[in-house]
This record gives sequence, structure tokens and C-alpha cells, in this order.
Amino acid sequence: MTGPKLIDPYGTPAGADPRGALQSITLDLDRTEGESVNKMKSTHLEPFPDPVLEVPDDLKRSVIVSSVDYLLNWARKSSVFPLQSGLACCSFEMISAAMARFDLARFGMEAMRASPRQADLLIVAGTLTWKMAVPLRRLYDQMAEPRWVISMGVCATSGGPYYQSYSVVPGVNHIMPVDVYVPGCPPRPDALLYGIMQLHDKIRRYSLNGQAAGRE
Amino acid sequence: MTTVWSGGALAEAIEAFAPGSVESSAGSDVWLKPESISTVCEGLKIRSEFKFDLLSSLTAVDYIDHFEVVYHLTSLPMNASAVLKSRVGHGRTEASIASVVPIWRGADYQEREVWDLMGIRFDGHPNHKRIMLWEGYPGHPLRKDYVTYDQSIASTAPGAADSLKGAE
Ligand code: SF4
Repeated sequence: MTGPKLIDPYGTPAGADPRGALQSITLDLDRTEGESVNKMKSTHLEPFPDPVLEVPDDLKRSVIVSSVDYLLNWARKSSVFPLQSGLACCSFEMISAAMARFDLARFGMEAMRASPRQADLLIVAGTLTWKMAVPLRRLYDQMAEPRWVISMGVCATSGGPYYQSYSVVPGVNHIMPVDVYVPGCPPRPDALLYGIMQLHDKIRRYSLNGQAAGRE
Repeated sequence: MTTVWSGGALAEAIEAFAPGSVESSAGSDVWLKPESISTVCEGLKIRSEFKFDLLSSLTAVDYIDHFEVVYHLTSLPMNASAVLKSRVGHGRTEASIASVVPIWRGADYQEREVWDLMGIRFDGHPNHKRIMLWEGYPGHPLRKDYVTYDQSIASTAPGAADSLKGAE
């Protein structure tokens, strides 16, 4: 062999852990993560039922249940702050929906919150993999009630193009209950806005002495 | 213009410094014996007639009865490129080959990806573990004998899990 002896790029000392210096530090973390993913995969076999709002027959036609409800629901629906989270290509449509041309600010939701504690709405925009499902469920759990979920795009709704794939959740409703589904691959910003308006419509129908709003 | 090494010329040049390491050559490819991959790659990187200082890609192909690991090399000083291949895992039990991370550091993530999705072990890799799937994932999904769909997960319709159970 000619030339200089090549150096180990990671500077592993001789006689160190044969699996490598990096691995001995990180493998425990990876195992813990893998266990939580496998646990989620083996326990979330059935989708959550969709949180359908039951409105009594005699109130079906009227939107205003009482003046207190009206005020509360109006306040809630006019300030639905979405969580700033995007998973795949769909998130770019969500971003452009927030920009000047489509202007999410018209609905009182221009403030995309960076913290789940300050957010009311989780827009699942994109492909949800099992590995990401654990952090996403944690974000959902951290959001204060009442909270709402929009599943944006076919990936989030059913797995879409990746249906039956080895790594993709077959519908985000396996992980959390979903209020509004927006179809499309990707849905245009208009479609997302329509979905948001449907959600507003739903929020307007809640009543203080009826079903609790935005709960699991 | 980048010079592309032809398989025959490269095989001859490799045989000159590492005799007995070439299995065959055709077109622009050279097939190496898996046990000589470290020696050959080290020579190709250091020796003044090659100077292959960049590993542009490392990947693997599943040929059902064996795997093939593919190395695309680039030499920036000589403006040349070459393709190395190596057949491993005949009979598809345990496939393994020596890691080239000590030679090209850029091989780190690519070897981990091949291990993750194809299940080819790279001996001597400093951080040999899965890169995209999680620890504890069963099997290697890009192998051709992998059973794709996890039947335990229901489709989006409520009650679909029961209909699957009935079908078993
Ligand atoms: S639905 Fe289509 S656009 Fe949206 S994340 Fe999936 S593949 Fe991408």
C-alpha cells in the first residue's frame, strides 16, 4: 500500500467500542424512540370516530342558540390561531394561503403560532409517517381545549399516494380526532380556506349546555 | 469534459496495484470481489493516477438471488468519474461488505440508508444503525421479498380493522 495512512474521520481511539463512538452515545435514545413508535403503531389500530356535532332537531335551522353562546362562538371562530406545522408538500399550499394573495388574516387567523400552547387549530398539512406520529400526537396533547384539527390533503386523510406504504399512517384520524377533511393532492389554498370556513360554521353551532367544543 | 473510465481500462489499472481483486468488467463498470473493496478504494483515492477524492453516490440493487452495492466515484483533480460494483449476499442470508467511511466520510449516511432499507451490513462503520426508519422496525422494506402492507393497521373507515381480522 502506497501513500499516507488514512485517518479515522471520527477520531475513534483504538480499543474503543467496536460499534463506534457515536453509536454508544446515541443508540439508547434511538431505542427509546423506536419503542414509542412501535407502541403507537400497535395501539392506534382503529381510527378515532369523527367528532360530529349533534344539533337537536328543533335547533337545526337556527344558528344562534343563546346570546352568550353567540358571543362566545363568535369570539372563538374569529380568532382560530393555527399551529405553525407542516409535514410535506401540502404545507406549501398552507403557507401560500397565509400570504397576501389568499390572506388568511381575513378570518382573524393571521397569527400562526409557533407554540402549541397558544394555538387552537392543528392543520395537518402533509404526509404523516409513523415516526412523526409520536411528536404530532404530543403537539396535539399540548394544545389547550377547545382545539380543532383539519386534515389537509389525501396523505393526511387516508395515506393518499402512500396508502399501504410501510412507513405512512393510513389517515391522521388514527392519531387524533379530525374535525374537517380537505381533499386534494395538494388542495389549492382556496380549498383550505373553504375547509376553514366549514370549521367556522361548525364552531358557531356549539352551545354551552350542549356538547363540549373541540374535545376528544 | 469529464473523462469516464471504461470498465476494461479501470480493471487493468486496479489489477496493477491490487492483483486478484477484480471479478469482471463490462461497459463502464468494474465488479470487485467484496473482500478487496477497502484496499481498492483506498488505492483509488490516494494514488496519483486516480485521485478519486469524492464518492458521489453509494447505493444498492436487489437482484433477488444476490445484492449489488454500487459506488459512483468522482475525481475533482483529474476531472474523471468511475463506477465500481460488488456482488454480496448470495443466497440472501446475511449480506455484508466492508465500510468505506474511513476512506470517504460522505459514505456515512448513504451506507446507513442502504442498511436501513436493503439490509446490507457495512463492517467497520462507525455508527451502524438505521437512519430513516425507527429502531425496532421489522425487516428492510426495499428488499424485493418484503411483504409491503402491514395488515394490522385498518384503513380510515371505522370498523375496517374487524373486516380485516375476519379475512385472516
Ligand atoms: S396530499 Fe399530495 S401534496 Fe399533500 S402531502 Fe400528500 S403527496 Fe404532498
